[in-house]
Amino acid sequence: MATTANVHQTKWWSGGKSPFNMEYGKLMMWYFLMSDAFTFGAFLISYGSIRFSQNFWPDPNVVFNAFPGAGHANLPLAFVSVMTFILIISSVTMVLAVHAGHKGDKQAVVKWLAWTIVGGLAFLGCQAWEWHHLITGEHATLIDGQIKMVGQTTTVNPWGDLASASAVADALKNTSHETLVQIVSSHDHSVSHEQLAGMSQEKLMSMVNAADLHIRENGPVAFGGYFYGITGFHGFHVFSGVVINIVMLLMTQKDVFQKRGHYLMIEKAGLYWHFVDLVWVFVFLCFYLI
Amino acid sequence: MSTHFDPTKHISSSAAYPEVSFHHHDIDDAAFKKKVRKTTILLSVITIIELAIGLAIYTIHKGENPSALLVLMFKGAVCILTLAKAYYIVSVFMHLGDEIRNMIMTIVVPLMLFIWFIIAFIADGNSYKNLRNKYDKHFQESTMPADHHKKAEEPKPADAGGKQ
Repeated sequence: MATTANVHQTKWWSGGKSPFNMEYGKLMMWYFLMSDAFTFGAFLISYGSIRFSQNFWPDPNVVFNAFPGAGHANLPLAFVSVMTFILIISSVTMVLAVHAGHKGDKQAVVKWLAWTIVGGLAFLGCQAWEWHHLITGEHATLIDGQIKMVGQTTTVNPWGDLASASAVADALKNTSHETLVQIVSSHDHSVSHEQLAGMSQEKLMSMVNAADLHIRENGPVAFGGYFYGITGFHGFHVFSGVVINIVMLLMTQKDVFQKRGHYLMIEKAGLYWHFVDLVWVFVFLCFYLI
Repeated sequence: MSTHFDPTKHISSSAAYPEVSFHHHDIDDAAFKKKVRKTTILLSVITIIELAIGLAIYTIHKGENPSALLVLMFKGAVCILTLAKAYYIVSVFMHLGDEIRNMIMTIVVPLMLFIWFIIAFIADGNSYKNLRNKYDKHFQESTMPADHHKKAEEPKPADAGGKQ
């Protein structure tokens, strides 16, 4: 039945040949993904190049050590491993959705696609939390001879080298009263914030020992731009992948693929989704592990 | 027209996409599930090993005398493990391994450029650092890490010892 219909449209890629035994759209998805790999590769290699041109680079285990709800507990790599597993599992559910598509099992396609979307949204939620934590979490940092409370942005980096005790002692003299109050209150919990605010500059300075503060210098500024730029670009891919998967889910439910006779569209969306997981493997390596 | 090979004549009636003349997804359900489960476990185990190495690097950095060589070896190991993960995702999850060899080559061969790309740009960055350290003393003094603080503070214990 379908065979007779196909014989009349043998203009594959207009040349009448299908050298790769592959549907046109799927092959083009592969070439798009290859070009996208070069885009991500260029970003990551640029990051590597800048990193190698610096004498100091922040230790990722010091930067990424927070976990939602864990307060100031030092948990290096914990949260990013959760994010990594979310993406691996959502890749597995996508494989199952594609497989269900090959069998023409509509209910299974819907089920596994829905789980993939949930995984994608969970990952985006994690990334939003991580960005928020990095931008708004303020750290006492030695900048231009004084101590300032700064978050990780594209213009400052609180993860530089540990400042020497003498440099910190000097910088404390130039530090604003408000910042001093914050520094003292984070080290001495016996006095309330209000009491500290009423104290003089000298009194506050006498309450801290410069050697115990472990204050860091302003680190390489490029760190923020590369981190937000590359994880943001990856996050945008995850977001568009989620949108594509939602469209696939709606089309499946409207029986579009059932009427077409095949679920090849799910396969192409699946390729894109696996690519997003693949890129994360490298982002994870470059920013969190090494 | 009818004398030349026409693969559409041999396709199954279920195939509504004529560019595909034969299928490689015909493995049975049980074998497929086994393969996916195996790959999932493999990816998870590799990730856990990577995390363990990451934590090992963290402990080495925290230690008294961080061995630069050991850290470098661990980082190299993580890179190799990451390539293994990438291989499994591409060949199993994306089914690239099941495609025709020539098709695989059109994807993989251009990616070989990355070998040059990585070596060239990392070397370039490194050379820039060396040149700046040599000719821009302010850059070197203001950015050189930890060790120089340690060296500056090292005489301290000796002084304390002298006073006793």
